[in-house]
Amino acid sequence: MAENAEDNLTKIVVIDSESVLPSDAAMQIYASETDITIKETCFGTMVTGPREAVERVVEEVRSLDRNHIFVKERGFKPGDERRCRASRGGGPRPGFHYLRQEVQMLPTIGQALDDYEKGKEIEKPKSIGKLSVSKLKEISESEL
Amino acid sequence: MAKVFIYPTNSLILSDLVERFGHTPLAMMEKIHEKISTVGVDSPPMNITPEDPKHGLKYAAVEVPAGVRGRMALVGPMIDNAEAAIIVSESVAAFGCMGCARTNELTKFLIRKRDVPILELTYPRTEDEGHDFVYKIAEFLKSLPKKEAEA
Repeated sequence: MAENAEDNLTKIVVIDSESVLPSDAAMQIYASETDITIKETCFGTMVTGPREAVERVVEEVRSLDRNHIFVKERGFKPGDERRCRASRGGGPRPGFHYLRQEVQMLPTIGQALDDYEKGKEIEKPKSIGKLSVSKLKEISESEL
Repeated sequence: MAKVFIYPTNSLILSDLVERFGHTPLAMMEKIHEKISTVGVDSPPMNITPEDPKHGLKYAAVEVPAGVRGRMALVGPMIDNAEAAIIVSESVAAFGCMGCARTNELTKFLIRKRDVPILELTYPRTEDEGHDFVYKIAEFLKSLPKKEAEA
């Protein structure tokens, strides 16, 4: 693996779409006649292979529902024993919690991308500011 | 196409948005991939060579924990190469591989010192803030030059 490792690439494709299922994306990848490996995961798929092929396939998958399919590179390939749960005695792999946290934001991000494309104006959001010390003091004193 | 440094350095959303709007994200995943593809750095679970903390000395003094220097050996060159940056602070998930507070402070400090366009945001907590977040990032990325100016 090491001799041509720099040409290889792994990408995580996270699907948060109402019209595209992770299995649809997997089928799209299987249908592409390229020498790549895929692994279906809870969030979508992981695609590994030569850089050019992976980028092309990922772009094809992304075009299924552009604003609701998100992609990032991954350092380790699927099943790499330094990360794989099978060889680490179970438990979430490093990086899983961050991904899970971000996945919760994806519906909002996807919707915002749709709106941005349509040129829809947004209202200034009401920021939930931090509680000031004086306000906290006021609250604590009011309860006494 | 500008090289855009992102913070948090392993963010899916930021990495995706930067790529989506036609730029290159400078993200941790890419550096890790480079690191683990190097022959000789494949003894699990060690991905850092003894040389890395020495490279980190360029960014952090010898008194700081070796972990900071080890991380800076990866993050530092990305900051040096950055042509723009997006910093999202108050991320609820600054743990795991993002969990070193000292490295995070140093990373933000060093990128702010660079004379490059920087967009600073806070992590969105509501739907409205999420919309605002995407709009600001999209506008920022569109304002960056598509092609790198020749020196």
